[in-house]
Amino acid sequence: MLMSRDKKIFYLVGQENINKNPLPPFDKIICEFLNDLSNKIDKFKEILKYPDLKSFSFWCRKANIAKYKKEFEDGKVRMGLGLAFHITPSNVPTNFAYSFVFGLLAGNANIVRVPSTDHPQVEIICKTIKNLLNIKKYSKIKKMNAFIKYEKNDEITKKFSSICDARIIWGGDTSIREIRQFPIPERSIEINFADKYSFCILNSNSLEKIKKKELKNLAEKFFNDAYLLDQNACSSPHLIVWLGKSNEKIKKVFWNEVHETVKRKYELATINVVKKYNNLLKDVIETNNIKDVKRYGNDLYRVSVQKIKSDIEKRRGAFGTFYEYDCGKIDDISKIVSSKFQTLTYYGIEKSKILDFVVNNRLKGIDRIVPVGRALDIDVIWDGFDIEKNLSRIIDVK
Amino acid sequence: MFDINKLITIPPFSLKKKEKQKIMEDALFDLTYHHYKNCSKYQKILDGLNYNPKKRNKASEIPFITTNLFKDFELKSINKNEIIKTITSSGTSNSDLSKIFLDRLTATNQTKVLTKIVSSVLGNKRLPMIIIDTEESIANRNFFSARGAAIKGFSIFGNEIIFALDKNLRIKYDVIKKFCKKHNNEKIFVFGFTFIIFKNFIDKLLKTKKFLPLSKSVLIHGGGWKKLIDESVTNNKFKNLIKKTTGIKRVYNYYGMVEQTGSILLECDKGNLHSSIYSDVIIRNNDFSECKIGQKGLVQLISVIPQSYPGHVILSEDIGELLGEDNCKCGLKGKYFKIHGRVKNAEIRGCSDAYE
Repeated sequence: MLMSRDKKIFYLVGQENINKNPLPPFDKIICEFLNDLSNKIDKFKEILKYPDLKSFSFWCRKANIAKYKKEFEDGKVRMGLGLAFHITPSNVPTNFAYSFVFGLLAGNANIVRVPSTDHPQVEIICKTIKNLLNIKKYSKIKKMNAFIKYEKNDEITKKFSSICDARIIWGGDTSIREIRQFPIPERSIEINFADKYSFCILNSNSLEKIKKKELKNLAEKFFNDAYLLDQNACSSPHLIVWLGKSNEKIKKVFWNEVHETVKRKYELATINVVKKYNNLLKDVIETNNIKDVKRYGNDLYRVSVQKIKSDIEKRRGAFGTFYEYDCGKIDDISKIVSSKFQTLTYYGIEKSKILDFVVNNRLKGIDRIVPVGRALDIDVIWDGFDIEKNLSRIIDVK
Repeated sequence: MFDINKLITIPPFSLKKKEKQKIMEDALFDLTYHHYKNCSKYQKILDGLNYNPKKRNKASEIPFITTNLFKDFELKSINKNEIIKTITSSGTSNSDLSKIFLDRLTATNQTKVLTKIVSSVLGNKRLPMIIIDTEESIANRNFFSARGAAIKGFSIFGNEIIFALDKNLRIKYDVIKKFCKKHNNEKIFVFGFTFIIFKNFIDKLLKTKKFLPLSKSVLIHGGGWKKLIDESVTNNKFKNLIKKTTGIKRVYNYYGMVEQTGSILLECDKGNLHSSIYSDVIIRNNDFSECKIGQKGLVQLISVIPQSYPGHVILSEDIGELLGEDNCKCGLKGKYFKIHGRVKNAEIRGCSDAYE
């Protein structure tokens, strides 16, 4: 690991002087590099210990990048912007790697601030990238990229901000507000992932007829959406909107199956048990229209609300706490959707119906409509915009 | 309504499980219903958790509230004009302050109960008292007020009181020596906070190889071991060092929370913490089921004192272990237990802390 001259920045990959000149998006050498990266990480011997590493390697595999390339191409000529400065979250170990790939694919040089907390995944990915970049054919990319680590330090953040062509901040609101004090050059762009609220629609009519095997499958998918990141990812659901007839029996079947999955797969640290319970008590005090609270041990809390208002986005579950609302028809919830709403996961309802709901009600929120189980699938389209297109410029040739 | 005066004639560590259970259940039923009626936030909690306060239940079935809730909300079961004192405490997990509102009755009961419990080791007479702390801790209202409140609370056992440390927490040798000389053959009550005693008293005496002759004294100390665990000082080591530097042989640790001032849990001669007839301890697993004897878990504390705020049943962030009930070799009745320190912090996953 190299240390910078001021000794506060650790260079996990690359070094201080980086080449800020861009490449065309999806340049051949970039795609080759990502393919190699995917293969190398996939061959890492302890890969099974880290499902998130596996997801990452699967995501940047050749076929997926080719698919993105195809979707990207629209006949216009593009180039990367220059230098992208990424500030990535410390509690999702692989997020920094996705952010890097976003920047690279668009043709940019990248300075990626990796989590200051230690995650083995970070080390594995950085080491693999470093080794790959030492191969001669990637020397062009090598000069363009650096992965750095530093304890929160305004001077350093300020310095990198002042020289970047794009700054990418992976939230939340407080971080964005803090970092925004440090100006970026006038022409530079900013991509900020602000705090978001996500929810889930389940159709009880469809659940009534569900087969045991499919139910189990659904429960596991729901579990992945909600629990894998402690219900603390921007796309993890907090609110469950029940469509169709209001029937506790059907709901119970669903929740019991979720509970079984939680018991099997989730372990909560004692301190987080206290936090989860404290959060529940807080919400019980602060919410005025609670119909009922059901607790499945400390594995799963259900809080059903009688009425739903726009302040529902303040009710964020923790470690598996869900607010439930019975809704006759989907249009009834249009009043709660603000620009803060990000992902809507669904089961038992046509996606076109949900899309109509968003468009016809002229909603400012809901950026993603995905089936239950895919809430955490990160994509080049995120928070409502195409990251690749935003991170590149068009050369208008006439 | 439950009246604490009914218990005041009973020795605090004298009741067996069955007798105590009856008293506890009556008291907790009254207190729970009282807070339900008089604290709207508490009412929302019980309603939310589907708990019927009009039904008599086992103590272990009454919902507990978390200590953090006293940071997030102002919880009180009295009118504003009845507040005579507000105790604040920073706790450890975040920077917000807990606020505990006392009326005359609850404040008086805190003193009554503390007196009963502490006199079981000090006797009924007031004693010359050395507080191992600085006088500033009670003079300055902005100082750690829970610390100040505890010092004030324990001061009622002293008839002549000195503070052993100056405002920079340095030992006032001359003052202590003069005091020791004056009370040469008497029992002296020494009181202080565990960490301050260690850091600013024992440690200094050891380093300067000094000895303060206090062998007839009784030391009571509390406030938690968190910082001492970092320095790997156990209760036994603490006692040995006290003996080495002052000759004090009778050393009692106490465990308590600012939310339940008064009904402290006091260490016995065998080194175990005991609940009295005013308090109870339940150790809980991660799913909140009750731990068996010898199992470690979260400490739930019960006190029959709080009437002005709903703090009678509380879940702490400490890890404890029940050692037994009614059969401690020291002869005292009640549950006895051990505290293993605070719950370890754990990472929360998620994606909203990019700049930390």
